[in-house]
Amino acid sequence: MTILKTALCTTTALAAMATAAIAEDCPIKVGVLHSLSGTMAISETTLKDTMLMLIEQQNEKGGVLGCDLEAVVVDPASDWPLFAEKARELLTVHDVDVIFGNWTSVSRKSVLPVIEELDGLLFYPVQYEGEESSKNVFYTGAAPNQQAIPATDYFLEELGVEKFALLGTDYVYPRTTNNILESYLKSKGVSANDIFVNYTPFGHSDWSKIVADVVALAADGKKVGVISTINGDANIGFYKELAAAGISADDIPVVAFSVGEEELSGLDTSNLVGHLAAWNYFQSADTEANAEWVAAWKARMGAERVTNDPMEAHYIGFNMWVNAAEAAGTTDVDAVRSAMYGQEFPNLTGGTAVMLPNHHLAKPVLIGEILDDGQFDIISETDVVPGDAWTDFLPESAVLVSDWKDLGCGMYNTETETCVQTKSNY
Amino acid sequence: MQRSFVARNPSVLIFLACLGLFVLGVTVLSEAVGNGFLSTSFVKTLGKTLCLALIAVAMDLVWGYTGILSLGHFAFFGLGGYMIGMWLMYERTRDIVATSLAEAPIPATVTEIQEAIATQIFGVVGSNEFPLVWSFADSLVIQLILVVAVPGLLALVFGWLAFRARVTGVYLSILTQAMTLALALYLFQNDSGLRGNNGLSGLQNLPGLDDVPQALVSLWFFWASAAALGLGYLLAAWVVSGKFGSVIRGIRDNEARVRFLGYQVEVYKLVIFAGTAMISGIAGALYYPQAGIINPAEIAPIASIYLAVWVAIGGRGRLYGAVIGAIFVTLFSSLFTGGQVPDVNLGFYTVKWVDWWLIVLGLSFVLVTLYAPKGIGGLFDLIAHRTHPDRHGAPLGPDMGALQEKEAQE
Amino acid sequence: MKLLLLLGLCVLAQVNIAWADDVLIQPVLQEQRETIVKSSRKTIGPAIDAVVASKAPAAQDVLQAWVTKDMWYRKDDGLFFRAEKVDSKTYRLIDFDTGADMGTADKSDIKQIKPNSGVRAMISTALVRFQLTDPDPTRRMEALIAIERAPEASLLAPLRLSIEGEIDPDIAARKARIERLLTIAYDADTPTRVAAIEDMAGDLGVDVRATLNPLLVTDLAAFPGAIPEGVNVRAELKPGDDVLSIADAYALLVDGDLAPPRVSGADIRNALAANIVDGKVGGISVHTLSDEFQRARAYVALSEAGLVPPLVTASDVEASLADYRFAEVYQVDDPAVTTAAQDALTKIELKVGVNQAIDLGLDALSLASIYFLAAIGLAITFGVMGVINMAHGEFIMMGAYTGYVVQQFIPDHTISILVALPLAFTVTFGAGVLMERLVIRWLYNRPLETLLATFGISIALQQLAKNIFGTQARPLTSPGWLDGALVLNDVVSISYIRIAIFVLALLFLGLFLFIMRRTRLGLETRTVTQNRAMAASMGINPDRVNMLTFGLGSGIAGVAGVAIGLFAKVTSELGSDYIVQSFMTVVVGGVGNIWGTLAGAAMIGGLQKGIEWMNPSNTLAAQTYMIVFIIIFIQFRPRGIIALKGRAAGD
Repeated sequence: MTILKTALCTTTALAAMATAAIAEDCPIKVGVLHSLSGTMAISETTLKDTMLMLIEQQNEKGGVLGCDLEAVVVDPASDWPLFAEKARELLTVHDVDVIFGNWTSVSRKSVLPVIEELDGLLFYPVQYEGEESSKNVFYTGAAPNQQAIPATDYFLEELGVEKFALLGTDYVYPRTTNNILESYLKSKGVSANDIFVNYTPFGHSDWSKIVADVVALAADGKKVGVISTINGDANIGFYKELAAAGISADDIPVVAFSVGEEELSGLDTSNLVGHLAAWNYFQSADTEANAEWVAAWKARMGAERVTNDPMEAHYIGFNMWVNAAEAAGTTDVDAVRSAMYGQEFPNLTGGTAVMLPNHHLAKPVLIGEILDDGQFDIISETDVVPGDAWTDFLPESAVLVSDWKDLGCGMYNTETETCVQTKSNY
Repeated sequence: MQRSFVARNPSVLIFLACLGLFVLGVTVLSEAVGNGFLSTSFVKTLGKTLCLALIAVAMDLVWGYTGILSLGHFAFFGLGGYMIGMWLMYERTRDIVATSLAEAPIPATVTEIQEAIATQIFGVVGSNEFPLVWSFADSLVIQLILVVAVPGLLALVFGWLAFRARVTGVYLSILTQAMTLALALYLFQNDSGLRGNNGLSGLQNLPGLDDVPQALVSLWFFWASAAALGLGYLLAAWVVSGKFGSVIRGIRDNEARVRFLGYQVEVYKLVIFAGTAMISGIAGALYYPQAGIINPAEIAPIASIYLAVWVAIGGRGRLYGAVIGAIFVTLFSSLFTGGQVPDVNLGFYTVKWVDWWLIVLGLSFVLVTLYAPKGIGGLFDLIAHRTHPDRHGAPLGPDMGALQEKEAQE
Repeated sequence: MKLLLLLGLCVLAQVNIAWADDVLIQPVLQEQRETIVKSSRKTIGPAIDAVVASKAPAAQDVLQAWVTKDMWYRKDDGLFFRAEKVDSKTYRLIDFDTGADMGTADKSDIKQIKPNSGVRAMISTALVRFQLTDPDPTRRMEALIAIERAPEASLLAPLRLSIEGEIDPDIAARKARIERLLTIAYDADTPTRVAAIEDMAGDLGVDVRATLNPLLVTDLAAFPGAIPEGVNVRAELKPGDDVLSIADAYALLVDGDLAPPRVSGADIRNALAANIVDGKVGGISVHTLSDEFQRARAYVALSEAGLVPPLVTASDVEASLADYRFAEVYQVDDPAVTTAAQDALTKIELKVGVNQAIDLGLDALSLASIYFLAAIGLAITFGVMGVINMAHGEFIMMGAYTGYVVQQFIPDHTISILVALPLAFTVTFGAGVLMERLVIRWLYNRPLETLLATFGISIALQQLAKNIFGTQARPLTSPGWLDGALVLNDVVSISYIRIAIFVLALLFLGLFLFIMRRTRLGLETRTVTQNRAMAASMGINPDRVNMLTFGLGSGIAGVAGVAIGLFAKVTSELGSDYIVQSFMTVVVGGVGNIWGTLAGAAMIGGLQKGIEWMNPSNTLAAQTYMIVFIIIFIQFRPRGIIALKGRAAGD
């Protein structure tokens, strides 16, 4: 009994700790919601470090609105429900003014209802499948039309690929992206028989049969290309098998949407030279701002560390938020949101990113070939592509547009001219 | 009967009293009806913890009392969550779709509404049709029945097959683990019709109750979880205190002897296995609306192993032990992942708890199994001055899963 | 394409004409500067053609430099050079026409031309004519590869010309083969083509199928009345059968403007919405239109009023279809060619099927050997000793990380692997012994609790690995001689690394059998497992035996870790990917018998590949059903495939 009471006391004490933090005007709190443990830690810890570096740099410049920034780092441990819980904690207990975080789509879907309920602000830095628009989220990563579609165009036009193997990990981003691509390819006159789709589990390592299947696709005399939405660790086994099978990028090119410098640092790329990746940023981009950024990152984290696309997304997102807060004169969510529209900030790869009323960025798309040192050789750069929340290549979403500035609606049906819903679909 | 039951089990009364006090305390301190000392997110955490305590009680019945180390009870927990999640998702989406379609010039047909709901729910996974498993998603009553029926039925079929084949001990553990893995992998597939890796989300928003603040909703669920835990505990205590309880303990200690005494061992095991699966389903159905999202990762085998660990740390073979173990471990996890424990500077190395707490947790499992096989619950024996004869343990039965003689104190 | 073909023919005519010595290539390049710098496959054609047509002696040199990305241009005057790297910042420029050294330039002053793979393919095709008779055999080989990648009718003649003078037998054979393929695809003469097709019948190469299949491409066509003569028909189709659905057939008519399109539900709704008059459509009030039947009535009313196109009913569709005959028509007009190709392909397909089955078998064998390797340590600790070691996966991980660490110190991959294998064994042997001494020996007769304690160790070790090595995957590179694959033909191949794993698995099987059956340790292990007390009274020290046996099992896991790391990835989660599968392998096979483990691994590997073959687009489903099958299997054979009998089986 006494023990139980003690237990009760402990519990209340824990609760007390949880609510002890009281909101103050200074410092301005920035929530960082990235997994530091579990399966996604591999990708997300880098982003946490990026945020800490950006906040430090900003504080050296004098902070925002005369206040220092303070990072509140929590660990949702790659556990999707925990993302919702931690987001609520950040917004209600720590009273953060903005959150930078999430990697996987499912973690974003988990967080959405909480942020919308509590009117928070989230910057989401990863390329994603689109088909979503939230008033409270700014998507600084690529929408499908900023990565998948240009890469497919490149395949069709520059490489003359006629037959497509869409390989992906079995989760929502590859599923939706492949859906969009299938429909896009069909609109380009590629027949359904010339599209091979395969889904594998997370961390899949036995690729020999799938690679053999892809090779066999070439049997009808059409040029085969692979569009890979394979995620994370599974890529290592895939590329190793590809290299072992001796598939040259000139025979069967592979373009990947989830493979960046970080993933390549886990394998020897000498056999993968020439395969492709599509991103909005590569470390090899030849600009002064990028050289500075890479140097700062290496100085902080170690010479062997590399930079990647989601890091740039945070870089742009964070700086836009800083500028918007300065412009609005407050960190109040509604004021900052209004100030965000039309915000411009120079990309690390040259040119300027613009925040659109649909909460996406307008950015150029780069395509890079893998080099033997694990870096990418940028061989193609498109014009600026405005991000599109609802793809034009699926019939249901072709009629939808997102415009939070003028229409005040993220899911506006242009056919019936009504707003389907003001909350996002999760 | 009832009087003697309570008299024989004073711990039940104490437990219920503590639970009642706890609920009262949290209510008074909550944001919704109290002074707001406890944040809504913390109330949610507490409510979820109570659900976990409930499944821990179920686990204790299966493992601590019957000796079946099931590494699959989280599958039943998850299934319960999925069943209620389907209704929550369907209804919420239907409300949205109905409002949006009401503005159309031509009133929508039933199929059009269905299609619109399906597109809304399955659009993110690239489909626009309702799979067969969603047939009853529009009916709360049926889905509530399914919350207990589906886990119960799965447990019944699986248990019948396994017990009939006399799979026991570690083999059964590995088999249950395989079952969870298979279910998780199945649900991971988009073709399973439950939105694959994305799972069902936005479950915290109760359909039709958009205006009710989450602070209040979280308190409702907290109360419901507490009530479920109380009832579950009472039921479990009643089951183990009667003749049924003696038989299952007998099965735990020596299955063959019980069988030779003429008891239908398989039936007893099956009843316990399926019954606890249903309790787990209920716990899951209460848990996931508080968590907000359910997806297959929740069912992964590791979750069920953690469940066993809670029971072990709390002290198996006693119901309050299971509850304490679950609460203790989950609250500590929540504390350490929240980054609220200050780092320890050792001079040459700074211990960041985010990096180290899993190691501490892992090693504490080892220490508990080695040095405190009775778990935290064992401390109560010290208080109650209950000691056991110092008999050196031979296994009570030839079965590999049997308890040592000295541990079988009840 | 036609233009290109013509141009190709022109070039062909000039191919043996002496090159004019005085033509310079630089002005030609300058003329095409924009397209060259833009470097897009769609626009680059004229530039390549111009270079070839210039007849400048440096043309080949330019193309060669261009394709290898060695062509740069100077930013200030726009002149093109071949550039050689001096150091990371400076490049030496070489003039194409004179071959003279033009001094060095700073990297920021010059820009590299980066042709993408599509452009490179076009340049390579242009280079073919120069390279086919090049004295350097590698160049000739490059030319052949370029033809294989982008076969073209215009290349047939120069290829045929070059065969005669070919001295290298390998290249000659390859040239002959490509000539056959090009003949099949492009020769104008039917008997020649048919002969070539017959020559290649039964060849398993992907390139042969890639040549034959395009000859057999068919179009779906609808003919009013009878099918006209002279059309190369593959088969006549009836709407509604398996190949051609009624909807598809009707869609074909609609596409050809031969029938009015069907009106979809959405069309009806939109039409109704557009024709609302005073809350009524076609005389039916709007609020009743939530019913399909009412909608149809309203639509019919509208169409009768001539406001919307009439509804196409099922009987209308049937009537329209009855007027036409449908057939699959070959795109190639010549029936002799298509028949020969069809025959050849049928022969090939049969062979391909057999070979695919062999390939699948090899894959299954390889997967089985990986599972076996992962499980063999467990076969000792769990199978023989009965200890549930949930940290077994983490021992595999430790082995893999040992391999990674060794590679950091020994850069030579061959030596580092040779060092890593015994070192991994030592490290995990030590870890195993330590764990046995500290934890497991206290829990020998409480297996369920061993499970929990070792699970605790497992999560602690996993997190420890994360703290030490970070969360990123670490590279573990196999030595060069394990790169690539053993290619039997274009269908059957298996990578050397998988063969190595297979051999390693066999070796361990032998080692296991040797230790258990031929050594004192094995004898003592079996004794202690059977009856500890009796063994102790016979003078065997059971503690020591248990310790060594457990160490051995763990050590083998470590070595398996190196192998698995080589073929997949090295992360802290490596072990947890294999643990459940490993336990299932041991349990399915039958505990306590190494042949059982082997059988279990074979069954799991074979099953998984078999299900994958049935449903190639969803690997996850294969894993799911494999596990479900195993669960059911264990119900019927609870003691596994190879069950121990008698007393050894325990209870």
